[in-house]
Amino acid sequence: MTYSVEIVAKYFPFLAKGIEVTLVFTVIAFIVGLGLGLLVALGRVGRSPALRYPCIWYTNFIRGTPLLAQVYLIHFGLPQVLHYRPNGVVDALVALSLNAGAYIAEIWRGSIESIDRGQMEAARSLGMTYAQAMREVVLPQAFRRAIPPLGNEFIALLKESALVSVIGLEDLMMRANMMAGRSFRPFEAYFTVALIYLALTLGFARVVNHLEGRMKSGHS
Amino acid sequence: MVIVENLHKDFGTLQVLRGIDLQVEKGQVVVIIGPSGSGKSTFLRCLNYLEKPTSGTVTIDGVRLGEPGTDINRVRRTVGMVFQLFNLFPHLTVLKNVTLAPRKVMGMAAEAADEQAMELLSKVGLADKCDQYPSQLSGGQKQRVAIARALAMRPKVMLFDEPTSALDPEMIGEVLGVMKALAQEGMTMIVVSHEMGFAREVADRVVLMDGGLILEDGSPAEFFGNPRHERTRAFLSRVL
Repeated sequence: MTYSVEIVAKYFPFLAKGIEVTLVFTVIAFIVGLGLGLLVALGRVGRSPALRYPCIWYTNFIRGTPLLAQVYLIHFGLPQVLHYRPNGVVDALVALSLNAGAYIAEIWRGSIESIDRGQMEAARSLGMTYAQAMREVVLPQAFRRAIPPLGNEFIALLKESALVSVIGLEDLMMRANMMAGRSFRPFEAYFTVALIYLALTLGFARVVNHLEGRMKSGHS
Repeated sequence: MVIVENLHKDFGTLQVLRGIDLQVEKGQVVVIIGPSGSGKSTFLRCLNYLEKPTSGTVTIDGVRLGEPGTDINRVRRTVGMVFQLFNLFPHLTVLKNVTLAPRKVMGMAAEAADEQAMELLSKVGLADKCDQYPSQLSGGQKQRVAIARALAMRPKVMLFDEPTSALDPEMIGEVLGVMKALAQEGMTMIVVSHEMGFAREVADRVVLMDGGLILEDGSPAEFFGNPRHERTRAFLSRVL
């Protein structure tokens, strides 16, 4: 078993460009997912069935089907019936964001529901509307509790984003494929890309741990 | 001030309130006692519609709750509530706990809200704790902050749901002291409590609830000295 350092050194700048694509995609999908997930979570904990059921089925569908199927559906399937021109970058972002939104919605929902019912009651008893009580009292507390699982979701999304390489996006994974093809050294290509992913996830895991620690030392 | 007529509340097949009638005049202090599971807390929570009654009416200061034209949020401004487990907002300082509702609900300016809050905190003896967080306070202090928070909306009626039940014995006195002072200022109060001493000393009327009904309703002297119902005597003999 040999691992040619020269090959890796030669292709590393090429792979490194993929890191940027992977990170940008992950961050954008995560931010969109945070907003989308919050809306879906609010729909789920609210009292309106007209909002609740679509939100439940959105999360069920996304969490119950493979991301790969979702990527294909958006990039190859839906253009046939909705008549839009497939675009690798946009479709990848939409698929990742919708996917992240469903998982993040469950995180928001869990943290909202973990806040004692008495908080909502106390706020309502003071004359606040449901929306005011949610915004001023429940959500600020829920946000703090959501930070650790959100950190884990970010790391999961970073790994999942490798799937968008199947629709031709030049992310880290795609560039590893290209490196394997050009150099005829698949072991160097895929082992190196795995190490890069590992370095990224371990790095972000440290950030998450740090945030978690800071949160525990805080109030409430 | 508070008129309750034929109030029923069911949870599924369980009938918790089975026809409550009660009138509380302005400035009166009514203490509700009774065994656990008798519906006292549910009754109190129906008075500001934290629980929606199954049937019957609640009228607060001339406004009938649950009517199409009644804005419940507006009614709740006039009905302060103090909870057994305080329910302070843990992410806010003591001062912000007290100013939040006046700022957001009444649109009060920051300065005026702060000034009012400091006044109320001094009244409950906690002005020096204004910058602390609830987790830094003792149970008795938390409950006094909760009282100040409710008073910040300038309510016409105050509801107390077992305000001292979660407190260590040595802290009960400080909370009852604040409540007594409030009663002497003429606040209309409905208090669910097991504090018989408080009922005897501060209440204008003492009410016994059992099985979702009001069994006895009288002045403390009558209630403790010469109860009409056998059930009241049995209850008192167990708690006194």
